[in-house]
Amino acid sequence: MRDTTTAPVISAQALNLTFQTGDGPVHALKDVTLDIAKGEFVSFIGPSGCGKTTFLRVIADLEQPTSGTITVNGMSPEAARMARAYGYVFQAAGLYPWRTIAGNVKLPLEIMGYSKADQAARVEKVLELVELSGFARKFPWQLSGGMQQRASIARALAFDADILLMDEPFGALDEIVRDRLNEQLLALWARTEKTIGFVTHSIPEAVYLSTKIVVMSPRPGRITDVIDSPLPRVRPLEIRDSPEFIEIAHRVREGLRAGHLDD
Amino acid sequence: MRNVLPVLTVTACLIALWYAAVVPMNQQWAQDQARRAGQDLSFSALVADTMSQQRPRLPAPHQVAQELWNSTVVEEMTGRRGFMNTGSLSNRSLIYHGWVTLSATLLGFAIGSALGIALAVGIVHNRAMDASVMPWAIASQTIPILAIAPMIIVVLNAVGITGLIPKAIISTYLSFFPVVVGMVKGLRAPDQMQLDLMKTYSASGGQVFAKLRWPSAMPYLFASLKVAIAAALVGAIVAELPTGAVAGLGARLLSGSYYGQTVQIWSALFAAAILAASMVALIGLIQRVTLKRMGMAA
Ligand SMILES: Nc1ncnc2c1ncn2[C@@H]1O[C@H](COP(=O)(O)OP(=O)(O)OP(=O)(O)O)[C@@H](O)[C@H]1O
Ligand SMILES: [Mg+2]
Repeated sequence: MRDTTTAPVISAQALNLTFQTGDGPVHALKDVTLDIAKGEFVSFIGPSGCGKTTFLRVIADLEQPTSGTITVNGMSPEAARMARAYGYVFQAAGLYPWRTIAGNVKLPLEIMGYSKADQAARVEKVLELVELSGFARKFPWQLSGGMQQRASIARALAFDADILLMDEPFGALDEIVRDRLNEQLLALWARTEKTIGFVTHSIPEAVYLSTKIVVMSPRPGRITDVIDSPLPRVRPLEIRDSPEFIEIAHRVREGLRAGHLDD
Repeated sequence: MRNVLPVLTVTACLIALWYAAVVPMNQQWAQDQARRAGQDLSFSALVADTMSQQRPRLPAPHQVAQELWNSTVVEEMTGRRGFMNTGSLSNRSLIYHGWVTLSATLLGFAIGSALGIALAVGIVHNRAMDASVMPWAIASQTIPILAIAPMIIVVLNAVGITGLIPKAIISTYLSFFPVVVGMVKGLRAPDQMQLDLMKTYSASGGQVFAKLRWPSAMPYLFASLKVAIAAALVGAIVAELPTGAVAGLGARLLSGSYYGQTVQIWSALFAAAILAASMVALIGLIQRVTLKRMGMAA
């Protein structure tokens, strides 16, 4: 699966990040070294406080590492952000209440200066992609939480970024909606060939979605295991009952437990 | 509609209380008159008298209502100097005086709101202004307006600026403050995540302002505009007091108190209250329409 002929899309070398807080320094990331190749679907999994969000935010240039190097598309994260290299989906949908769903999806397009005609066409296309076509003119409060989250994903897909960073986008949703969104996300990933970084707390979700699973552990936040998934790219939901799937899930669980035993 | 009944009930209670207070407040004068005439005053005669004195200590509600009616509609329709006879507002009508005060209020309110918004934008975007402007704005409001208004009016009069402008400046002085406070809070209302989202788009400062901060501040803006317009009216009235202005609601209050015309004072007060309530209601209406169109049903 991995394309070894091209440079990695995201490359972190010995990354450290320490937050100075009121009650002493917090070592959120310690010696994080990771390469993510183009077109990979990478999940970050680990207990609360292990630095998953922090790592994603470092990639997005929302947080500055204390030491180490990181490149995104071969540039500094800041240059990549300026070049609008990624779309970011936050844990909460964070739609603007004064904009309709279409208006929210259009927001990045307005900021990035797409033409009016292009904006309308793209909004229509991505709303279709997340199955919200009929809701373009509704306001966020008229939608369920899951629909709002889909709208926020559409917002991140509307412009041409080939990296998609998602921080527990389905964390607050029930199992059934989640399964459905997972399927849709895989289909979308297959169609768009984006590189995806995905934070989750759910082992099945991580195994089902990813080509690479990064297991992390807290205090200090670090990577304890990186699992390259042998599962095929095309994955029906039933694949979750296959022996391969169960085996990877087992390995992830072991990795998480080992991280806990270190405490 | 459903809150009309409680409002009417409260109004009725207040009017009843008011009537009840009229008798004891005005009985002294009625009894003095009766004693001088060597008469005995029955209770019903006393009540009737206290309700219809020329210069009562406390005028009865119907006297104030009558005066309001006479000094607006009747004066303009039939008065010698009224609108019907001369084609211009009578200088004896509350419509004329109300307009004089209102024009200064609106000018001051417009300048004050613009100034308040400009200062808030500066405070939110500029660290130096954040540290320096707010303490001064607060200090400016701790000085009693009654102390500073005469100085401003007199100084401006001395350099030949009279009439509308000095009054509007006092209105500005009182109305910019609630707008600054409200708008600073409103422009800072977006949370970190919403700001981070803008950053991931590498939006410019102007775009963050136009697409995030300004719309977020709308509810705060309207709330502070309501306070500001009422304050602007107070400012305009206060500004009419120190120089013995001849026109405006403030002038009516002042001349009323010179000549002991309590009915005139009270009707001017009510005219001011009605004016303030209408302006606040108007802003409330604009607020509802705007927020509804923005999808933020208030
Ligand atoms: N802005 C900040 N200031 C200080 N400490 C922070 C800050 N952000 C995160 N931390 C700390 O860094 C550590 C890692 O936080 P992070 O949010 O990355 O965890 P996480 O893996 O995303 O956890 P969760 O699964 O609960 O979201 C935590 O101990 C947290 O308290
Ligand atoms: Mg997190």
